[in-house]
Amino acid sequence: MAMLTFEAKYRVRGGTLVGGNLFDFWVGPFYVGFFGVTTFFFTLVGVSLILYGAAIGGTWNPWLINIAPPDLSYGLRLAPLREGGLWQLITVCALGAFLSWAFRQAEIARKLGMGMHIPWAYGMAVFAYFTLVVIRPVLLGAWGHGFPYGIWSHLDWVSNVGYQFLHFHYNPAHMIAVTFFFTTTLALSLHASLVLAAINPKKGEPVKTPEHENTFYRDFIGYSIGTLGIHRLGLFIALSAGFWSAVCIVISGPFWTRGWPEWWNWWLQLPIWN
Amino acid sequence: MKPEFYRTFGFLFWTGVAAIATAAFLVVTFERPGTTEVQMGFRGTAMEVVYNNRNLDRIQARNIVPAAIEPADPEGPRASEVFENVQVLGHLSVEQFNRIMQAMSEWIYPNENPAESCNGCHVPGNFAAEDIYTKHVARRMLQMVHTINSSFANHVQNTGVTCYTCHRGQAVPAAVWSQAPSNAPASRMWQVAGEQNRPVAATGYATLPSDPFTPYLLRDEPIRHQSETARERNNNASIIQTEWIYGLMMHMSTSLGVNCTFCHNSRSFASWETSTPQRVTAWHGIRMVRAINNDYIEPLRERFPPHRLGPLGDTLKVNCTTCHQGVYRPLYGAPMLSDYPELNPPPRRAEAASQPARN
Repeated sequence: MAMLTFEAKYRVRGGTLVGGNLFDFWVGPFYVGFFGVTTFFFTLVGVSLILYGAAIGGTWNPWLINIAPPDLSYGLRLAPLREGGLWQLITVCALGAFLSWAFRQAEIARKLGMGMHIPWAYGMAVFAYFTLVVIRPVLLGAWGHGFPYGIWSHLDWVSNVGYQFLHFHYNPAHMIAVTFFFTTTLALSLHASLVLAAINPKKGEPVKTPEHENTFYRDFIGYSIGTLGIHRLGLFIALSAGFWSAVCIVISGPFWTRGWPEWWNWWLQLPIWN
Repeated sequence: MKPEFYRTFGFLFWTGVAAIATAAFLVVTFERPGTTEVQMGFRGTAMEVVYNNRNLDRIQARNIVPAAIEPADPEGPRASEVFENVQVLGHLSVEQFNRIMQAMSEWIYPNENPAESCNGCHVPGNFAAEDIYTKHVARRMLQMVHTINSSFANHVQNTGVTCYTCHRGQAVPAAVWSQAPSNAPASRMWQVAGEQNRPVAATGYATLPSDPFTPYLLRDEPIRHQSETARERNNNASIIQTEWIYGLMMHMSTSLGVNCTFCHNSRSFASWETSTPQRVTAWHGIRMVRAINNDYIEPLRERFPPHRLGPLGDTLKVNCTTCHQGVYRPLYGAPMLSDYPELNPPPRRAEAASQPARN
């Protein structure tokens, strides 16, 4: 595979966290590294186990394939393969692959002299997954509280967990997370439309500069956060969305077991009006 | 000292204050971990009831059955032969009759106050007199207990009910409902439930309509508006109708100390195939509560003095909480009725009821 013209510039030696020079090579355009090997290993094992689970699960309909966690009665012990043990092994593989990927990102960032923004950002998604399948099940005392691996089955799980608390929209952390998600999409659409407008001027006119973009937003809403600032803001609100998602699920059960509307009784009972 | 010190100190101080305030808020508003879950569906469906152990202890302490009075001899002369004006319990032996009267006074008027105990219903010195309204009510309630124990086995099973199931030592059961004055002016712009935005325990403190009882537990409006297929054409149910149903379901969940997944797999609330068997019991329970309210309680409206009626003049009626009181089987399914065979219907009706149930 021929190298792209700029690729030579990025193929920098060193910066590895583990393994020194041993895995510091590329396969085609892909950097390998120690964590590339572990990512590949966990992915291969995990996907094979998923296929095995599908094969013994009674359906190859991709919507319906379901690899469910063990019964609650197994607690935090290992379950037989066909009764949730597969789910446990696949969870280990998934976490292994996700964490390896984050460390691989960190190695690449070190090679290129970048900050650790990308591994941290990706790590937030991994943290949310870790919360769902490890932290919350451990707090509740059974792996069976993890979500099942399947397209429809995991949606059913999400729905039912919501209804375990009668009305999940009253979960305060869920409110914050949803707000951050919507704000992320709003900010992304505002930013994207601004950039597209600036780089696609009328025929015959030059491409607009950041100064032009700033002026537009100062006219529009009285403030422009700037070309660098918008990316910092975007990172913050996107990661906050993931972070508060993790919070909203970990408090549901371990720290609150009744309907979420009832949590707001502290507000109704404030001595100001009560 | 240098101003730098003050700036650093001020920052640390106020950060500390904010951290302590936040921690105090979280500790006060949330529950300490320590939970118990019961799996209701196939693994991984998240159909579970979830309890905090401390709440469980509180609820268990509130649902303790009082010790049974020593059993009475069912032989001997009948109450109707010995006492005057015994209309409902005449088939019991005198000993049984006295026993159930004693039990009722302890369950309903446990105080020694001269206006309570026996005198809660009876004119002192003339037990046959009909002067006190509570006697008429009590008689009707006994007939109601007979009906529940004979005709609603598909809800109360063999556990049955006694007066104590609802009364718990109070003349008026703790959890009853009546209609409430409207909370919101009617609007031409949008549909408003008259009792919207009034967070009450009966509907789990949501902003859903707080009186789902009149339409579903007094009248028999349909409790199913969810389409069973995607994009169903003829479903004209409004959001407000679904909110009334949601309010009723919040009520059922909080009454029983369970959540929606006790009966439903929320992927399709309507589907009986994916629901739990508890939903069938609940379905019969709704019919039972309607019968209680329409056949036994609301017809007594004229009997009750005004202070025993709601603000709009209707009776204080029952809903799921009246019996359940936070437990999925009232009193944790303690078979109280078997200790009080006096509360089974008279023999003739008992035979009819012993035939197989229709479900």
